[in-house]
Amino acid sequence: MSSPTTVQMHNPEHSGIVRLEDMLQQMAEHKGCGTSSEGGKASCGSSAGPADMSPETWEKVKNHPCYSEEAHHHYARMHVAVAPACNIQCNYCNRKYDCANESRPGVVSEKLTPEQAAKKVIAVASTIPQMTVLGIAGPGDPLANPEKTFKTFELISKTAPDIKLCLSTNGLTLPDHVDTIESFNVDHVTITINMVDPDVGAKIYPWIYFNNKRYKGREAAQILSERQLQGLEMLTSRGILTKINSVMIPGINDEHLLEVNRAVKSRGAFLHNIMPLISAPEHGTVFGLNGQRGPTAQELKALQDNCEEGQMNMMRHCRQCRADAVGLLGEDRSAEFTTESVMAMDVQYDLESRQAYQAVVEQERQAKADAKKAEMATLEGAESDIKILVAVATKGSGRVNEHFGHATEFQIYEASTSGAKFVGHRRVDLYCQGGYGEDEALENSVIKAINDCTAVFVAKIGGCPKAELEAAGIDAVDKYAFEYIDQSVIAYFREYLEKVRDGSVVYGKRGDAQIRQGAFVAA
Amino acid sequence: MAYKIVASQCTGCSACEPECPNEAIFEKSGIFYIKPEKCTECIGFFDEAQCVAVCPVDDTCVIDNSYPRYSA
Ligand code: SF4
Ligand code: SF4
Ligand code: SF4
Repeated sequence: MSSPTTVQMHNPEHSGIVRLEDMLQQMAEHKGCGTSSEGGKASCGSSAGPADMSPETWEKVKNHPCYSEEAHHHYARMHVAVAPACNIQCNYCNRKYDCANESRPGVVSEKLTPEQAAKKVIAVASTIPQMTVLGIAGPGDPLANPEKTFKTFELISKTAPDIKLCLSTNGLTLPDHVDTIESFNVDHVTITINMVDPDVGAKIYPWIYFNNKRYKGREAAQILSERQLQGLEMLTSRGILTKINSVMIPGINDEHLLEVNRAVKSRGAFLHNIMPLISAPEHGTVFGLNGQRGPTAQELKALQDNCEEGQMNMMRHCRQCRADAVGLLGEDRSAEFTTESVMAMDVQYDLESRQAYQAVVEQERQAKADAKKAEMATLEGAESDIKILVAVATKGSGRVNEHFGHATEFQIYEASTSGAKFVGHRRVDLYCQGGYGEDEALENSVIKAINDCTAVFVAKIGGCPKAELEAAGIDAVDKYAFEYIDQSVIAYFREYLEKVRDGSVVYGKRGDAQIRQGAFVAA
Repeated sequence: MAYKIVASQCTGCSACEPECPNEAIFEKSGIFYIKPEKCTECIGFFDEAQCVAVCPVDDTCVIDNSYPRYSA
């Protein structure tokens, strides 16, 4: 954790922060190097690690569903809600109905004691071998409840030493806890930073509670910002991976987030995750009540693209999970693991079968990377400015393997001559939205959510929705059923380019798309 | 006087409990309450009543006038 090579990658002067995708690619290409040994982790000697990353750092990142877009197809995380207290107020949060940040409104997370939480983690990890990461992200601020948070970590690190620990915080008390975080070997920390300018902050945070006093307005924001940046510097200087979450609030911090991006990058943050504001009036948050809107899909993507130009890794696969989410990102199995059922379970932690399972996953990942590479070769030499978006219905594993009618979200890929790039996901409501009949709601919601896409890949689709999608200008494609996503996106794009050339399709800009209001992650 | 918690407003977030210098705050089935005989209104400890300062829900930790004024 504190190895000198790890620190090196956080050195702000080290300009070329590596892209996760490239690293994954490099690892996958690096064959014959124990992909199935050592518990399925592709670990090579020091020289084999990706250029800018020490093997230790790579080990941390590679199987982490929240860090690695690619890994999130295969590995699962869970959150336990042990930390309900908070020491600041955000205008996008209403804790009267549980933290709006982490839970769907009206769904109160089950608050657990550290002992209950530890048992739940073992139960889940024994049932879901992909579960590699445990996060504590609220529903309040885990560091406003430090005893509960660290007690949970302590219990888990004893019983399930292979599980990575992570922590999300608003950062206010972070500098006071860096030593403890380090001593628990916490794998990564997420800080929610929405501003570095107190004038902007005053519009986001009505108050903070600090040094036994309630501070308000600009002063509150200034203290919060200083503490956040100080905490970030302390973490990265000790080689602890630190990700930044920001909530994009149009008209308040949307332009300012570029500056935030620069500020956190220069302090060694490893990944920046910009999330859309969720502000439906019924959530009862200040922003929700005063009509503050969230960004559209295009505004969000434009900002993420802009930040990426500054060479910062951007996280695009954030699901804004609940504080008690369980399972692969985009899937929530928390209902299977209620406190009652977990406490009644007689669980045994089986490290060996977990490792065997994870070894199989490694082979699958490698096959996928090979297939992507082979398909890319067919685009060799093609030149075009055309970029299209493709929506994919998937259940995970990096394959097109979900029926259109069952999809609760679509993953969005941008296809261009430089390949297939994951740019986000769109959740959709299946039923009963705004009083439409179910079928109608399905089409309405889905089309609105993916209206900027040229095609949607599905494992299967009925004639009716297919016709409706086509009427909206979206090509419904089932011929890649159960194939790898990246490979399929590239193949589709190649054919699309050919059709544009022979004139059978006309390339034009598509519309904007709506981001569904719903659960929200972190802080 | 002492402070009291308006139970119907309390979210049970537990933010107040560790801040009280007198350990006057307790929980019963998810709702927190203050033992008035232990509450000193934070006088002698802090400038502000700590439960009020940290509670995220306005007007939830309030003065209970039915109780005699605290005197050190
Ligand atoms: S830090 Fe999290 S829990 Fe606290 S007010 Fe903000 S969003 Fe809510
Ligand atoms: S006013 Fe101070 S002493 Fe009284 S309950 Fe609140 S925190 Fe405790
Ligand atoms: S801080 Fe307020 S809402 Fe939270 S437990 Fe105390 S009284 Fe209840």
